[in-house]
Amino acid sequence: MDVIKPHEYDELLRNNVILSTVDAAFNWCRSRSIWPLTFGLACCAIEMMAAGDARYDIARFGSEVYKPSPRQCDLMIIAGTITKKMQPLVARLYEQMAEPKYVLAMGSCAISGGPFTDSYNVVKGADTFLPVDVYVPGCPPRPEALLYGFLQIRQKIANPKKIEGLRKHG
Amino acid sequence: MDKIVNREALVGELNKKFGDCAEIFEDNTNQSIKVKPEKIVEVMQEIRENPDYDFKVLMNLSSVDYPENFTVVYHLNSLTYYHKLTVKVELDKAKPQVPSITSLWIAANVQEREVYDLMGIEFTGHPNLKRILLSDDFDGHPLRKDFKN
Repeated sequence: MDVIKPHEYDELLRNNVILSTVDAAFNWCRSRSIWPLTFGLACCAIEMMAAGDARYDIARFGSEVYKPSPRQCDLMIIAGTITKKMQPLVARLYEQMAEPKYVLAMGSCAISGGPFTDSYNVVKGADTFLPVDVYVPGCPPRPEALLYGFLQIRQKIANPKKIEGLRKHG
Repeated sequence: MDKIVNREALVGELNKKFGDCAEIFEDNTNQSIKVKPEKIVEVMQEIRENPDYDFKVLMNLSSVDYPENFTVVYHLNSLTYYHKLTVKVELDKAKPQVPSITSLWIAANVQEREVYDLMGIEFTGHPNLKRILLSDDFDGHPLRKDFKN
């Protein structure tokens, strides 16, 4: 049986041990397995489904697990028009998610109300009542755009210091 | 091809049975009649049950905001004779009220709620007349011409 000699310790440590803070390790893990909520409001949800399918394959970024319960989710994709009747339900779903949680506003409607912004029954953007982290513009955005939004969320989670002043919530 | 219902005979029969309640309404479809609002339930029941007309299907229930009145429009269809009928009811602009026909067609329930929600027409006798598309605290009726957002 080999005995490790004291002069070999340094090399062994260098090759086998990674030093980090717990926070950084957690953030690294979180950023690579973002689970979105199974939740769509309008036509943007179709593009979101396309992003989940084999052709665009959101699984490459660790986000293929669309969870039907908000308690198991990290990310809420606002995919579509938020009507005033739907707004309290969207807010409740967000409140049911466990921290840390993130919001991605997908498409014109979720960003600003889109073409329906003057309607009597449409909320003028998700950021009027939710802390939105990433905006993906388009009407609807292509799946590639949504994937880019995912990568932005990943960077945001993995490097919290860089965006410290911008974060709206913990 | 859809058959055209004999409106003259139908209107004559209705007027004979329920008093002066129906008349022919001229538009580009040649299948419209106008009925007085207070007689609408009896008239609808008659043209639904009468085997000569047999309008068993309520295809659509909608409403229009005209400058001079509110009009509730019922589209009926017969699967026996393949003919259609449009029944129009003209309502007072200040207080639009018409008896509900949910006792005849269950399908009228949600359609009357929609008309109430968006146009503000009150269906008396409706079992559950509250807003269906808009939130309960919404102010006004958005499909009215005088609605301001």
